[in-house]
Amino acid sequence: MNWLNPAWVGRVVLAELVVIGMAARLLLRLLALIPAALRRFSLVVEQIFFVGNRSLSIITVSGLFVGFVLALQGYYTLQRYGSAEAVGLLVALSLVRELGPVVSALLFAGRAGTSLTAEIGLMKAGEQLDAMEMMAVDPVQRVLAPRFVAGLVSMPLLAGVFSAVGVIGGWLVAVPLIGIDGGAFWSQMQGGVSWWSDVGNGVVKSVVFGVTVTFVSLWQGYTCKPTPEGVSQATTRTVVVSSLAVLALDFVLTAMMFSV
Amino acid sequence: MSLPHPNRSPASEALIEMRGVTCGYGDRTILENVDISLPRGKVIGVMGTSGGGKTTLLRLIGRQLSPLSGQVLFDGIDLAGLDRKGLYDLRRRMGMLFQFGALFTDLSVFDNVAFPLREHTDLSESMIRDLVLMKLDAVGLRGARHLMPSEVSGGMARRVALARAIVLDPDLIMYDEPFAGLDPISLGSASRLIRDLNHALGVTSVIVSHDVEETFEIADHIVFLANGRVAAQGTPAQIRESTDPLVHQFFSASPDGPVQFHYPAVSVAEDFGAGGKA
Repeated sequence: MNWLNPAWVGRVVLAELVVIGMAARLLLRLLALIPAALRRFSLVVEQIFFVGNRSLSIITVSGLFVGFVLALQGYYTLQRYGSAEAVGLLVALSLVRELGPVVSALLFAGRAGTSLTAEIGLMKAGEQLDAMEMMAVDPVQRVLAPRFVAGLVSMPLLAGVFSAVGVIGGWLVAVPLIGIDGGAFWSQMQGGVSWWSDVGNGVVKSVVFGVTVTFVSLWQGYTCKPTPEGVSQATTRTVVVSSLAVLALDFVLTAMMFSV
Repeated sequence: MSLPHPNRSPASEALIEMRGVTCGYGDRTILENVDISLPRGKVIGVMGTSGGGKTTLLRLIGRQLSPLSGQVLFDGIDLAGLDRKGLYDLRRRMGMLFQFGALFTDLSVFDNVAFPLREHTDLSESMIRDLVLMKLDAVGLRGARHLMPSEVSGGMARRVALARAIVLDPDLIMYDEPFAGLDPISLGSASRLIRDLNHALGVTSVIVSHDVEETFEIADHIVFLANGRVAAQGTPAQIRESTDPLVHQFFSASPDGPVQFHYPAVSVAEDFGAGGKA
């Protein structure tokens, strides 16, 4: 068995360390290139449209249904304790603290992340990135950095839209459908949701998830094998890796935020 | 007055020199201790067997690949000593035509050709328009400026890529298999275009190709690569007279010779069970 062979284990560990090192270097380069990308803002705007605007439909529809379900489940539990009016607070806190950033990041990985990976991978397979290099144009600066910034900007906005639409969904179920008092629904929410510790934490999470998902997508596309099979595998890896990373980071961030 | 580049050695007749270059991918060596000198202002054909290192040679010249040992000099400048900025400054003096054009699929023909100008210059849009149309006119595609890459044929895509490669007026143009898959009309116009551009722009052209007739027609100098070394080099006439068995096999298109038709394998009898158990 290979994993019992120290030489094989050593080679695998070294190869993985090289990959981690290269990924870390690319991430640092992308972070350093943010000001340069912002100076050519038209490229960033183009990408915000591509990764952000075109994700709006899936984000709003999903947010609406998540809001519906949260209100129903919340009412089911809260009405046992005579606190059905608090359903608005429950919906809002669940969305802004947790579900908004997490679910929209997972949807973002599936919708925008995969298309970023496929686009970069196909550019690589078609020698477009090599051609750019030979024209003395840095593909990391010209292609990757604007997409990275676009992901960074789009993700918090999409999470915000998700949460807002989710709250509306929750209201539709709780107030017109179940018959909870609308004033109580909104006032409980207004009184119980803190801008800093609830909304702020959600925004921080969505920025971190935006960096994570966008970077994973770009890295997978940039380093994929330039073949149809390579691009397809990279696209799959984008969804798997970024989804797991989002869920793991969510736990870490939530734990840190509870302690402050 | 421009200062001499710190990595530049004394001026020579050769635009590109390779000295004792060895390179490969992983454990596989493609070129071994190769010395090549590509003369300035000429059309140079790089020919040889598949996997013989022709495209690798182009990648070394553009430093898309670094040699394991040896030196690659462009106009006397050692490519290994350049940082990213120095390398990019040098690449602005090179144009490369990829085998399938490598056009940016989200940009029109016009925008593809304008791309290097927009990236590297502060020219006004009207100036860019004039320059792009001049280059497109040189390759016969001024009328195709509005088309997208998906709307042009393979031959046209390569001509667009050629217009893009020459738009910054480089000193060197590299062509990777410019004749592959072209119909006879496109093939004739492509070879004529390469020759004409070489004369008109005064550039050095390096053509990697398998097409013996077309390459011999336009090349001033041929480098023949095989088995990781330079098997022969000289004028097309000198190459035709070469007594090297590999060169002879290549130009006579014999299936067997120093390059075997069959990939190394176990014997046919062993594979098909002939002469085995009764």
